[in-house]
Amino acid sequence: MHSTARAVIALAGAATLAACTAADTSSPRSASSAEAHEYPDTPYPSTYERYPGVPTAIVGATVYDGLGGQIDNGTVLFADGEVVAVGDASLAIPVGYTRIDGTGKFVTPGIIDIHSHLGDYPTPSVDAHSDGNEATDPTTPEVWAEHSIWPQDPGFSRALANGGVTALQILPGSANLMGGRSVTLKNVPSRTVQGMKFPGAPYSLKMACGENPKRVYGGRGRMPSTRMGNFAVNRETWIQAREYMAEEDPDRDLAMETLAGVLRGEILIQNHCYRADEMAQVLDMADEFGYRVSAFHHAVESYKIGDMLREHDVCSAVWADWYGFKMEAYDAIPENAALLYQAGACVVIHSDDENGIQRLNQEAAKAQADGARMGIQIADAQIIRWITFNAAKAMGIDRWTGSLEPGKMADVVLWNGDPLSVYSRPEMVWIDGATMYDMNNPQLRPVSDFELGQPGEGDTK
Amino acid sequence: MSARFLIGAALLALAAPATAQDMAITGATLATGDGSDPVENATLVVRGGRVVAAGAGVAVPAGMQAIDGRGMWVTPGIFASITNLGLVDVDAVSDSNDVDADDSPFSAALDVAPAINPAAQDMAISRAGGVTRATVTPGAGSSIFAGQGAVIDLGADFDAVTRRRAFQYVEMGERGARLAGGSRTSAHALLRNALREAGTYGEDAQLTGSTRNADVNTGDDVPLDPRLTGRAERDGDVLLTRFDAAALVPVVTGRQKLYVHVERAVDILSVLALREEFPRLDMVLIGATEGWMVADRIAASGVPVIAAALNDLPVSFEQLAATQSNVGRMVDAGVTVAIAGYGSSGDHPRGLPQQAGNMVALSRIPGATGLTWGEAFAAITSVPARIAGLGAGAGTLAAGARGDVVVWDGDPLELSSAPVRVFIDGIEQPLDNHQTRLRDRYRTLDESQLPPAYRH
Repeated sequence: MHSTARAVIALAGAATLAACTAADTSSPRSASSAEAHEYPDTPYPSTYERYPGVPTAIVGATVYDGLGGQIDNGTVLFADGEVVAVGDASLAIPVGYTRIDGTGKFVTPGIIDIHSHLGDYPTPSVDAHSDGNEATDPTTPEVWAEHSIWPQDPGFSRALANGGVTALQILPGSANLMGGRSVTLKNVPSRTVQGMKFPGAPYSLKMACGENPKRVYGGRGRMPSTRMGNFAVNRETWIQAREYMAEEDPDRDLAMETLAGVLRGEILIQNHCYRADEMAQVLDMADEFGYRVSAFHHAVESYKIGDMLREHDVCSAVWADWYGFKMEAYDAIPENAALLYQAGACVVIHSDDENGIQRLNQEAAKAQADGARMGIQIADAQIIRWITFNAAKAMGIDRWTGSLEPGKMADVVLWNGDPLSVYSRPEMVWIDGATMYDMNNPQLRPVSDFELGQPGEGDTK
Repeated sequence: MSARFLIGAALLALAAPATAQDMAITGATLATGDGSDPVENATLVVRGGRVVAAGAGVAVPAGMQAIDGRGMWVTPGIFASITNLGLVDVDAVSDSNDVDADDSPFSAALDVAPAINPAAQDMAISRAGGVTRATVTPGAGSSIFAGQGAVIDLGADFDAVTRRRAFQYVEMGERGARLAGGSRTSAHALLRNALREAGTYGEDAQLTGSTRNADVNTGDDVPLDPRLTGRAERDGDVLLTRFDAAALVPVVTGRQKLYVHVERAVDILSVLALREEFPRLDMVLIGATEGWMVADRIAASGVPVIAAALNDLPVSFEQLAATQSNVGRMVDAGVTVAIAGYGSSGDHPRGLPQQAGNMVALSRIPGATGLTWGEAFAAITSVPARIAGLGAGAGTLAAGARGDVVVWDGDPLELSSAPVRVFIDGIEQPLDNHQTRLRDRYRTLDESQLPPAYRH
């Protein structure tokens, strides 16, 4: 497997990104020690290639580096798809760079949404497009979200233009305990899903606690119909996976391949879970079977167990202030993110929503303000980290994107004002150094096939 | 308003008596909600639960308690239109949810007023977010007619409803088509039939009539059958229950507003055309995502609109032209537009300032149409209050208006701002709720002495 995985990534990398070569030596997949298979380890490989860009220097802007650093009157240099340098006004601009005046403006890394259903629940939201939940069995680790995604979902362009989103994880829904594999995308328009796939990004398995699985299956008179049923089905399935891994030459089994990938540490866990007590139980289940939860999603009660989450190094991917729409969201509070930060736990702001993904910066700003009002002061630059580097980390792509550091992908947003203000919007968005959106250029505003010839085609949206 | 009974914890939290306090706020940045720009270093005077004066250079009456408002913003409270406030505790807990009545034998007759629970958490949380007044609407469950909505205040007392049966709500787009039996044609037939039945509902409570009508010339070679425009001829030819028909009588006579939910441009025009047949209809368009495409005609009709500000996706085939510029373009065309709409699970009334703030942001995007700050703030205060039938008596700080006042720690449309004090009819309101109590309990995770359950 080791060599096959390398070969696939190297093929994609050679033709595409310089940054992608990093995957050859440090892909999470390279940690695997499994023997070679007769089939490719990375089927449906990424065909994404970065678009042409010019060496660019953004000067005079307030720069948030995504890691918690802030540079006033900063300079950001990128070329050949990569960040070259980030510094203050004294940073020399090499010959041949196009200067962009960022005076009064702000620069952040590209915004990253760890929880999106763009493409698998696209708009128009008609039944024919409902491809997010394979709700025919409580455990479907065999399904892959990428096989549901419609690249023509107009939501991708809104997330780019209004939200500055440059990378996003598309998850299966939460009807099932084990909903299937996620896929991480570059937010570039493409004819194919493969043309959007983030090269080298690890897969994640979507899991779900609580109300949804027990309601969906209990309502059909089958297991699980209770929270204890949820855990029993999960544990039986992990036991099955261990048995599969112990077999010497097992038959192909898509479900077990995913679970074995989790247990080998190659596939991350993104776990939909609202209640604190359930998250604590899941942490024990992870210990029981030897896997790690990368992030709890929705996690409205994380503030009750910030200490445990810090100790287990598990991120909480949360909304700023959603509450009350279901029983397990009843104890949601707007100070959740700030309390987690205070406890030293990892915070990610997520959307789970085709509208919310357009305003992750605003959601983060609200969470900051709610914290400040209870005495938890968090610097602006740290807040930006919640929607950039921390998301990248919990998705396993932080070595390539999520911060403005030399050698990383030039995924960059220039905002026309403070991104934590309601009055600001993205002015320009670069993905791997290519200008994919420019507020001042209608030609640089993507329009999906679905929108052609329709009222409002090419509108500012 | 004087004999208010305060609710539980709210009573404990209230330092002020439950009667309106005369007060002045000085030195604050003041936004009156009427569309004008904020004024700095201004004074507000409230007496007997009503605004007396607001503006720069207003003097504090002798002997009146003055609150130092320096560094603060003072505004009328937010008016949230078409909410579910008080009708639901938890959306997905059906036992706690009185929004839709899917299996009810009644439709237009349904009246939210007796169901509104002022102690619902969403009420307290919205109040803490600066929402002081709202309209509450039922959802359409079994018919295109959802029933009758109410105007409420969000005071911490049991007298929430200030005007019951304020409007009838009807679904006339995709949702209406499904409820009517599968097509917009049926929704329009049902609506017309219902309005005619209500129109013939005599003082004697008889639903029948026998008036003959002449042929109607339609301008081509197919005249309209007179029975289509006339009245029901037979006792058995009525679809509405007597109760539902009675509920629609004030709609036909124009004494009760008709809120019509439509999104698509042509659906808007079809609804506006209803007034050719029913000239006394007093309509309000709800939704109107494609309103910008027919903004001139909406403006000419004088029918106001309550629109969601941030719809920009073709969520359905009736919203293909969705854009965040919808509100701004309609306002520029002369349409009266209030902002409201709660499309995502996370959308709550307290989020309205964020929606309005985004309209201001649009004004800096080439090709987009936004609102000025004053227009945006008016769209969540004075405009919705006027649409709800309150005139200038709420949603503004005009002399004589209700003393619904919010003191904010900054620009109310900005994400970092929040109310610090909220007054309704001049009575200071408690700002605590389930969320603030949880926040305080979990400020620390220390349980070395006792579990968190003992922190209260």
